Amino acid sequence: MTTSFTTDSTGSSPSSPGHRASRTTPPATARPRTGGSARKSRRPPHTPLNPRPSIPLTLVTGVVVLYTLAPLLWLVINATKSQRGLFDSFGLWFADDFNLWDNITRTLTYDDGAFVRWFLNTLLYVTVGAGGATVLAVLGGYALAKYDFPGRRAVFAVVIGAVAVPGTALAVPTFLMFSNMGLTNTPWAVIIPSLISPFGLYLMWVFALEAVPAGLLEAARIDGSSELRTFFTIALPLLMPGTITVLLFSMVATWNNYFLPLIMIKDPDWYPLTLGLNAWNAQAQTAGGEAVFDLIITGSLLTIVPIVAAFLLLQRYWQSGLAAGSVKE
Amino acid sequence: MTLLSTSAQAVRPPRPRRRRPLGRYGLTGWGFAGPFVAVFALVFLAPIGYAAYLSLFRDRMIGGRSFVGMDNYQQALTDPQFWEGLERVGLFLAVQVPIMLGIALLVALAIDSGRLYGRSFFRVAVFLPYAVPAVVASLMWGFIYGTQFGLVGNINDTFGLSLPDPLSPSLVLASIGNIVTWEFVGYNMLIFYSALRVVPRSLYEAAAIDGAGEWRIISAVKLPAIRGALVIATIFSVIGSFQLFNEPSILQKLAPNAITNDFTPNLYTYSLSFAGQQHNYAATVAIVMGVITAIIAYAVQLRGMRKG
Repeated sequence: MTTSFTTDSTGSSPSSPGHRASRTTPPATARPRTGGSARKSRRPPHTPLNPRPSIPLTLVTGVVVLYTLAPLLWLVINATKSQRGLFDSFGLWFADDFNLWDNITRTLTYDDGAFVRWFLNTLLYVTVGAGGATVLAVLGGYALAKYDFPGRRAVFAVVIGAVAVPGTALAVPTFLMFSNMGLTNTPWAVIIPSLISPFGLYLMWVFALEAVPAGLLEAARIDGSSELRTFFTIALPLLMPGTITVLLFSMVATWNNYFLPLIMIKDPDWYPLTLGLNAWNAQAQTAGGEAVFDLIITGSLLTIVPIVAAFLLLQRYWQSGLAAGSVKE
Repeated sequence: MTLLSTSAQAVRPPRPRRRRPLGRYGLTGWGFAGPFVAVFALVFLAPIGYAAYLSLFRDRMIGGRSFVGMDNYQQALTDPQFWEGLERVGLFLAVQVPIMLGIALLVALAIDSGRLYGRSFFRVAVFLPYAVPAVVASLMWGFIYGTQFGLVGNINDTFGLSLPDPLSPSLVLASIGNIVTWEFVGYNMLIFYSALRVVPRSLYEAAAIDGAGEWRIISAVKLPAIRGALVIATIFSVIGSFQLFNEPSILQKLAPNAITNDFTPNLYTYSLSFAGQQHNYAATVAIVMGVITAIIAYAVQLRGMRKG
């Protein structure tokens, strides 16, 4: 983990994707970067632009880190406790017994392995939903950036206008529509709405504007390459950092989705992890239901591990992709 | 829907770099964009149209569905349950959003200043909660808030204190605000940080030569330079506040007395529709909420983009 932290994705290496991102500044503000050469060397002298690190500032910012990490620490610590340990011991320290492995085993096997089933469901929704969303966003964003087709502006206006409507406002009519179509209570009810990521489309559009030079496409056309082949062999590799960013953020959106499946899925066999955990929690609150706080906590930990790992492993790519997308206006 | 999905609305379409004759490439453009547009029409446009249609009708016990025109809208605009929820999210927005964005901005400026030890660690550590599902975040914080085996209970037992119950009716809104702040502070920080990274460093140099101190550089150079990012983050947060659902819905099981079924407009819509079977009225409330959100988001954008 520490090694991946040491490289600043936007600063130190000229070949890093972040370097491209930093060049996407509009020409109006892009002045010659006189400070750039100093930042390339490994240990530049301390200047007003490259100041000495400050211990007080680090400590103050450290308070925020404490705030963001302490609950996660609480989760990790309490996933090691038995139900009794949860009640008997201090929340931010370990109990006398260490039950993590036992908790994991029981989480995975409780209720005939419901957790594993929910995990696989989530994997399905993420693979098809977020994967599909990425494919649609990359194709659409590329088209909007590189083809001046009739209706291009209308597409933008409608997509932008429609997202001003809060997503949850769509939930009830979407449910009724899908219900009429017989889609509710099937994986499709979760997957189909996940396929659209207006943010992804926008990000890919902005990214493609800069990342794929028009001249390269013209050259490919002159050489007789078909549009599809040009896309796959020339454009797609150049779009990779943006694509990974869109994929990661669609993955998070789908992995963490709660509201949509809550409405669409009644059959626990098709629950994603979020609904399953919520069901375990609800069960503890009902009279006569078995309280499984230990399993909820361990299950929560198991739910966030894959997505956190994905973010940490791919951070260089998504941070540079986001930098390119979030700042263009 | 996450906050992310609404990002694009704050932004004008990027201008095409060069006009190209249409010809056969126009059709190819539709070939690439077509799949997105088709699915978009199915999951965005059709439900909006359907909601507008539903809002004009009412299901009656006797006589079935009948056309009522604007009656549902009239009812929504005078519905105390709806207005209470709206007031609640309005209060939430007024308090939580400035706190969250303020912390996010300070951290982004601190990391960007180059004065931190281990700034890559800071960046990722603050961002991490964004990857945690709202369900897990709410359950986790709900347990931490708990007076049984939660941290609050622990602290009370250990130190003989009697901290107030964060899940009591008077505090629960603030407790939800804390969860939402925790979830999104890092995401907003990243938006600000990404924007700061592409500000040309030469501007700082020029300002420093002109004798500007660090605070002056922040207020006169950095903040104006990332105005767009500030506006976008504010708009996301406004929309997010009005859409508040996940956190109160999950905490409701831990604090049934403090969080009612009409706690936020979205909870109200949900319970109208799925507990009360009032689909038509639910669609109406959803549309009214959508219009209010869009108006306020638009106002923020106008205000924010005005050269001040």
